Amino acid sequence: MSIWESFTLAVKNIVSSKTRTLLTMLGIIIGVAAVIVIVGLGNGLEGYITDSFSAMGTDTLTVTVMSRGSTRTLSVDDMYAIVEENSDYLDLCSPTVAMMGYVKIGAETISSTSCMGVSEDYLTIKHYDIAQGRNLQYSDIALRSKVCVIGAYLNQAYFGGNAVGQTLRVGGQTLTVIGVMEQQEDSMDEGGADDCLYLPYSTASRISGEVSSYTVTMQSEDQITASVEVLENALYQVFASDDYYTVTSMAEMLETMTDMVDILVYVLAGIAAISLVVGGIGIMNIMLVSVTERTREIGIRKSLGAKERYIMEQFVIEAATTSALGGILGIVLGDGLCVIASRVVTSVMEATLTVSPTIGAVLLAFGISVGIGVLFGYLPAKKAAALNPIDALHYD
Amino acid sequence: MEPLIEFRQVCKYYHMGDTTVVAADHISFQIFKGEFVAIVGSSGSGKSTCMNIIGCLDVPSEGTYLLSGRDVGKMNKNELAEIRNELLGFIFQQYNLLPKLNLAENVEVPLMYAGVNKLDRRRRALESLERVGLREKWRHKPSQLSGGQQQRVSIARALVGNPSVILADEPTGALDSKTGREVLALLQDIHAAGNTVVLITHDNSIAVQAQRIIRLEDGQVVYDGPSDAPEAVVTPRAAGIRQGGGDA
Repeated sequence: MSIWESFTLAVKNIVSSKTRTLLTMLGIIIGVAAVIVIVGLGNGLEGYITDSFSAMGTDTLTVTVMSRGSTRTLSVDDMYAIVEENSDYLDLCSPTVAMMGYVKIGAETISSTSCMGVSEDYLTIKHYDIAQGRNLQYSDIALRSKVCVIGAYLNQAYFGGNAVGQTLRVGGQTLTVIGVMEQQEDSMDEGGADDCLYLPYSTASRISGEVSSYTVTMQSEDQITASVEVLENALYQVFASDDYYTVTSMAEMLETMTDMVDILVYVLAGIAAISLVVGGIGIMNIMLVSVTERTREIGIRKSLGAKERYIMEQFVIEAATTSALGGILGIVLGDGLCVIASRVVTSVMEATLTVSPTIGAVLLAFGISVGIGVLFGYLPAKKAAALNPIDALHYD
Repeated sequence: MEPLIEFRQVCKYYHMGDTTVVAADHISFQIFKGEFVAIVGSSGSGKSTCMNIIGCLDVPSEGTYLLSGRDVGKMNKNELAEIRNELLGFIFQQYNLLPKLNLAENVEVPLMYAGVNKLDRRRRALESLERVGLREKWRHKPSQLSGGQQQRVSIARALVGNPSVILADEPTGALDSKTGREVLALLQDIHAAGNTVVLITHDNSIAVQAQRIIRLEDGQVVYDGPSDAPEAVVTPRAAGIRQGGGDA
């Protein structure tokens, strides 16, 4: 008797009691579907985080410095010098000054706009393009010009698309708009990526105080650790202590975040997998009942020459088939739920989050469900195989 | 000529708590190829024990059982399963067909365990059903058949593997007398075709259909001879009080 015949026999038995089989499989179905949805959500979340960080630039480092007394300070020129000296690793540099004040355009005060004092390289670092007018220039920085570049949202909403040459006020200073940036997002919203304003850092530091942070780009994303190290070494020489500066790599932050998401997904998937074990116990339970119910059948088969191995094989294959079928239904259900989850999350979070399980996760879930069937089918099968044919024949 | 079935001082004991029940007490007999033998006895006489041992469903506690010259008592479970599959064809009182399988599939079961391929299996199953006159109904499930028809299917199943011995355990017990007679006639046909048939029954009127009767009482052989002799149907010993164990 071949495995294939055992399999067709198992399918026949499964088909002949559909309701019971479906109920038996329920634990496996739910377990597999839950694992798939959770892994899918994790993937979606990871993708979302990666996208967000990539938009911020994974090739950039953020440096924050404080002054230590009056002697050990880092001027903007010092920082530029450091970047220049380490040009093997570091590329562009821009001081950044976050502005606290509101933007005033005419009589209106806009609180949502993010204002920042930057160098002429900042837009290049961020891969932002100019749509109208011009970018900030070195001369603007050197002369502390009262000029700014604005995001597409401000241009559309407050200047009717003709902002270049117009003026606005930030922190009591009147600035002339010299450029408008390309639109970043598909839909421009208040407080979104397009609701921004950049002015020379020299001008900004007059309003908001000293420059205390920098955005530095690396020559290569493959040298994150080395780049961070050279920057930290240079800063340590200035401050003689590592308490007065921090160097943060976007890529490292991204890695930390994705690691955290991974751990979360593993833990949640592990919890979901408990349901697989419960499902397996359900299968074992039903198989044990089935062995009792089919005692007579087992006796007949044995009297007709079935060896213990065949009886065992029949029950193990039946359990494995049941749970594999449950696994397949679980995969279908899980994929369906992933599609629904994608839509729900996207509409609730107003962000595109694609919930999609990996092929690996799907195959693993299927493999585990078959394995559980074999594992939990073994005990009932052994019981069936060990039945004495005489007792089994007289069993009613 | 070497006997097909040979019991040499076969004993079978069952332990029930503290008491030991002797179900077979030094039984010896020989059955040759082509014979039609009825093993007769009332409940508790040991005939079921005999049938289990002949059918290789059980092994003797003492003594030797030779089937085709092979000592069955020394075989393990798998070897016994093989012997049942190759040498024996069972006919049960309750037919014991598998309810989820159709008639052809039921008849195929012994061939499946013998490793016969699917096409040959189906062909031989249909031939066997033809012998009992049920070929046309091969797609039916056992529950769609009358008792007599089901018993004929079980006879077809017993015959399909061409076994050395057909072992029929009260084959007419669940049937009315008319269908019972038909089934017996079928067994006689099978015997006439050269098969060895061993019939186990408590009923003298059925036992006399065989050529030879082995009568058991209290686990011992009390008569072994032709079925047409007057002693064959007479109980020579008065029935005493038997020790428990029922129809063991």
